[in-house]
Amino acid sequence: MNNSLSIQRRLVLVVLPLGLVLLGALFTGISYGSSGVGFGDMVRILLGRAGPDSVAAAIIWEIRFPRVVLAAVVGATLALGGLVFQALLRNPLAEPYILGVSGGSAIGAIIALLIGLSPFPGVATASFAGSMLVLVLLIMLAAGSSFGRRDSLLLGGVMINALCGAVIMFLISLAQNTQVQHVLFWLMGDLSIFSRQQLPVLLTVLPCFVLIFILARPMNLLLMGRENAAVLGVEVNLVTNLLLVATTFMVSVAVCHSGLIGFVGLVVPHILRLAIGPDHRLLVPASILGGASYLIFCDLLARSLPAAGEMPVGVITAMIGAPLFIFMMWRARR
Amino acid sequence: MNAVRVDNITVRAGGKILVDGLSCEVKESEFLVIIGPNGAGKTTLLKSICGLNKVQSGRISLYDKPLGSFSRRDLAATMSLVPQNMEMEFSFSVAETVLMGRYPYLGMLEQEKRADHEIARQAMEFTRVDHLAKRRLDQLSGGERQRVIIARSICQQPRIMLLDEPTAALDPSHQLTIMKLMQRLREEQNTTIIMVSHDLNLAAMFAHRIVLLQEGRAVQSGIPGELLVPEVLQQVYGCLMHVDTHPVTGTPRVSLVP
Repeated sequence: MNNSLSIQRRLVLVVLPLGLVLLGALFTGISYGSSGVGFGDMVRILLGRAGPDSVAAAIIWEIRFPRVVLAAVVGATLALGGLVFQALLRNPLAEPYILGVSGGSAIGAIIALLIGLSPFPGVATASFAGSMLVLVLLIMLAAGSSFGRRDSLLLGGVMINALCGAVIMFLISLAQNTQVQHVLFWLMGDLSIFSRQQLPVLLTVLPCFVLIFILARPMNLLLMGRENAAVLGVEVNLVTNLLLVATTFMVSVAVCHSGLIGFVGLVVPHILRLAIGPDHRLLVPASILGGASYLIFCDLLARSLPAAGEMPVGVITAMIGAPLFIFMMWRARR
Repeated sequence: MNAVRVDNITVRAGGKILVDGLSCEVKESEFLVIIGPNGAGKTTLLKSICGLNKVQSGRISLYDKPLGSFSRRDLAATMSLVPQNMEMEFSFSVAETVLMGRYPYLGMLEQEKRADHEIARQAMEFTRVDHLAKRRLDQLSGGERQRVIIARSICQQPRIMLLDEPTAALDPSHQLTIMKLMQRLREEQNTTIIMVSHDLNLAAMFAHRIVLLQEGRAVQSGIPGELLVPEVLQQVYGCLMHVDTHPVTGTPRVSLVP
């Protein structure tokens, strides 16, 4: 990308096309489905030209619209979460799922589900607590060596993730048969169980987006190392803590609503960085828009690939993301 | 006026005493070089002066104001550090890196103005990296990269500049370039230079004054001619050194005796 343009111009050049892509993804996501309600119906319904109580309107408003919005918000959150962890750990392989932060959040949510807490605030709070616990564990691991020493921290995260997986399986084995199917499907990343009533809780991630965008410039400086950032005038501890808490919070909100969807935070920032460079003032909005479009697209695949029914979207994102992770690691080793 | 005053500071980390009751002063627009054997506390002292280390006792002041009274931002507008190493996982271009030196002067969402770009351009010209402006940092040689970091440092418009072994990984010609840049910066902008170095001969040629550290203390300080004498060096470094006069500059010349 041409660096001589002012940052505002470059921001427009990034946001405009990605915004159009997202718009396209939103409309495609809403107009595609198994019930035969198509693009034309959608346009009529969105313009208010169809009866409010028609079947088609119900399908659009009660099933597809919430699902696509959920995919967009969760995709944006996970992509942004990956971007922040990568900046703070200065490691392009860091990501909420790989580091175990999503797993911790899932453990909290499952425990709350099994003891029968309400989705909000019960499950949400437990989920946030779970992910914070993993984060504290990660920071303690990191404090032993120098913070962010490349692979050791990542390895620690992978092990925490493995542990989380075991705990989740243990919890499921305790669950009653009726709950198991539900929990398992949710775990693999399920976007179909969302209703419009949950939207206000989901949208609590938006203030986190704003905060992270405000902190984009200090994030740039943090890429050069904590001490470099500090001598350039960044309040390193304050910025780091704000970013970690905001990111953990929004990831736990995403996990509560959609289960474990991995590798979105790896794939999206990686591709965007190749296209527009390392400047977070561009990468933050780009990851939000790109992540949203990406997960809507993955969800479309999850809905359309199986001959009958659908598969969890987490399966699709892992099948795209895991090979990319391996490729990036292989290339970094050379 | 003293630019920096370090008064009896002690720094401990992980149960080890790194700096033990160290005192020293640096005058405004002085070129000071800190020397001493490995583990003497040179880097610790430098990091303490720019507020990166917690100091357990003693006090540090800049221009007679205690270090603790500076915010990170104020501090970054007063002094800059050229560190020993820098992470480069995600690499910015040279121009973007240098422009980051303007951070302490910008508000949260404020954009760099024309004046900021001009200051960055001048800093790049000063260290002769302006022709590399569009290149990515990880594509540069060691000498070029060091000059970029120094340009970023200059872009902060500091009154005090700290450098931690800036010539350590460079060939002789680049070493000289860096030292001359610092000399020019001091002459043209009155910047106070505090440099940690292992190169006694470069120190002899460029320093106004040398501070010698040993086991966490400043054991001696003086002009190169006074301080760089065989007895002192042998006592501190524990090996034989021969000192004569540099045939061109007339400054002390230190040679190892095998």
